[in-house]
Amino acid sequence: MSLDNDQVQHIAMLARLRLADDELAETVTKLSRIVDFVDQLSAAPTDDVLPMAHPVDANQRLRADAVTEVIDRERFQENAPLVEAGYYLVPKVIE
Amino acid sequence: MTALHQLSLAALRRGLEAGDFSAVELTEALLARIDAADETLNAFITVLPGEALEQAAAADAARAAGDAGPLCGVPLVHKDIFCMRGVRTTCASRMLENFVSPYDATVVERLKAAGAVVLGKTNMDEFAMGSSNETSYFGPVANPWDPERSPGGSSGGSAAAVAARLVPAATGTDTGGSIRQPAALTGTVGIKPTYGRVSRYGMIAFASSLDQAGVITRTAEDAALLLGVMSGFDERDSTSVDRPVPDYAAGLAQDIDGLRVGIVRQHFDAGLDDACGAAVREALAALEARGAVLTEVDLPNLDYCVPTYYVVAPAECSSNLSRFDGVRFGHRAEAPENLIDLYCRSRGEGFGAEVKRRIMTGTYVLSAGYYDAYYLKAQKVRQLISRDFSAAFESVDVIAGPTTPTPAFRLGDKTDDPITMYLNDIYTIGANLAGLPALSTPCGLVDGLPVGLHLVGPHFAEERLLQVAHQYQQDTHWHTLAPEAFA
Repeated sequence: MSLDNDQVQHIAMLARLRLADDELAETVTKLSRIVDFVDQLSAAPTDDVLPMAHPVDANQRLRADAVTEVIDRERFQENAPLVEAGYYLVPKVIE
Repeated sequence: MTALHQLSLAALRRGLEAGDFSAVELTEALLARIDAADETLNAFITVLPGEALEQAAAADAARAAGDAGPLCGVPLVHKDIFCMRGVRTTCASRMLENFVSPYDATVVERLKAAGAVVLGKTNMDEFAMGSSNETSYFGPVANPWDPERSPGGSSGGSAAAVAARLVPAATGTDTGGSIRQPAALTGTVGIKPTYGRVSRYGMIAFASSLDQAGVITRTAEDAALLLGVMSGFDERDSTSVDRPVPDYAAGLAQDIDGLRVGIVRQHFDAGLDDACGAAVREALAALEARGAVLTEVDLPNLDYCVPTYYVVAPAECSSNLSRFDGVRFGHRAEAPENLIDLYCRSRGEGFGAEVKRRIMTGTYVLSAGYYDAYYLKAQKVRQLISRDFSAAFESVDVIAGPTTPTPAFRLGDKTDDPITMYLNDIYTIGANLAGLPALSTPCGLVDGLPVGLHLVGPHFAEERLLQVAHQYQQDTHWHTLAPEAFA
């Protein structure tokens, strides 16, 4: 097993994912399988090869710095789980 | 008389133009079919009878007024990854179970503007992560050819709906084979265009450097008609390509005499089912009979495609899916203790197991100390894979081979080991890594199950792929076969 319980819990925290107790064992096994599988890339000869930046040879487009969209807050907030007076509500962050 | 559901999109278009039937009649007939079939198939997450009949009535009125768009009254369905204004858009996830999109994806907008009638939103693997449709929060889709088997994924609902003659066409998305693999396993045609050809705006992101929208149909001609409407520059997608869209349908009739077809030796190595291989060889012989010249080509880094993909795609997914935080939209956990708890539990509850694994794989390969060994290395290998294709296309016009190693597998057969499932996409992933257009067309039956011929072309060679598939379909009947229960 290339990853242990602690490593997987650490990755889960970095990814902001709570794993239920009954999920952990399977996640450790399957993630280890995936990591072992992708490890074979280390054998590929890539000296002097530039990493690929884009699938098609293209440049990043620029646009004029002008207002083109107006945010319709009320419509977008219809999907928010908890809002009040136009604000998104989250648990208290600053004491 | 041929029933409406048996007609291709092109034939339906002619019938609507000639006034043989109205868009409302057509929509009613297909809605009734969906209603009867979907308990078995589970191909739909949302059916839109009210909206569809309204659009159909509007299409009939537009036609009567002499104002018919190119797809006026033509029925189709969208994979539930495309945002549709005012309609629930779930991506087959609990995370978006109640998300009602405030806007239309460009693909949705363009097809709507052309007059198409949308009958519903199709089932898929959760966030398009899967090759069997089994990761959907709304349950797996059954393959119309054998309900105990998977239709493939992630666009499994779209493929099943088209194969079962519930609709003539469906949109799909393809990050590693998610249009072509289900098309092959259901006996339908699927095309993934060149990266940047079709706008990704409003298409819920999985791996942004690999994702492309495309279509699943029953003929190459239908795929050409739809792709022409969907393609083209969109300033709302920063990777959209500003390049004219050819008239795909116009090029179909051209013969393929002298076409140079590359055969990849490694495609026929171990791993390919014998009967699948035989069907593909027969298809290659059919192309040869039409004047194509077969040449062997080498893709030396083919075996690295799947591992490269399973570094790059999860890395991008871990970034893209960080937007689901339980705050602005999507699932939110009850009674969070603090902000971290809100994030962790909302995401832990909202995402399914496969999505969580991919987010974590991506987080791992991007994390400090592992970035160079995994992510940077994979992007270098991706370059090698891309170069292999470029080298091959110096001597051939298209590359042809199998779409999948086997016909449709049984539901539940590959869910224990992620790698077994991932290897299903061994022939399709290369096109995504290199950004190339690729298509699957039915080329035989193995034990009563369809298999596909896979065609890959150079960047922006969609027209050629559609032409080759169309010419192949003139000599073969595989694309006309319907599953017995849905003929």
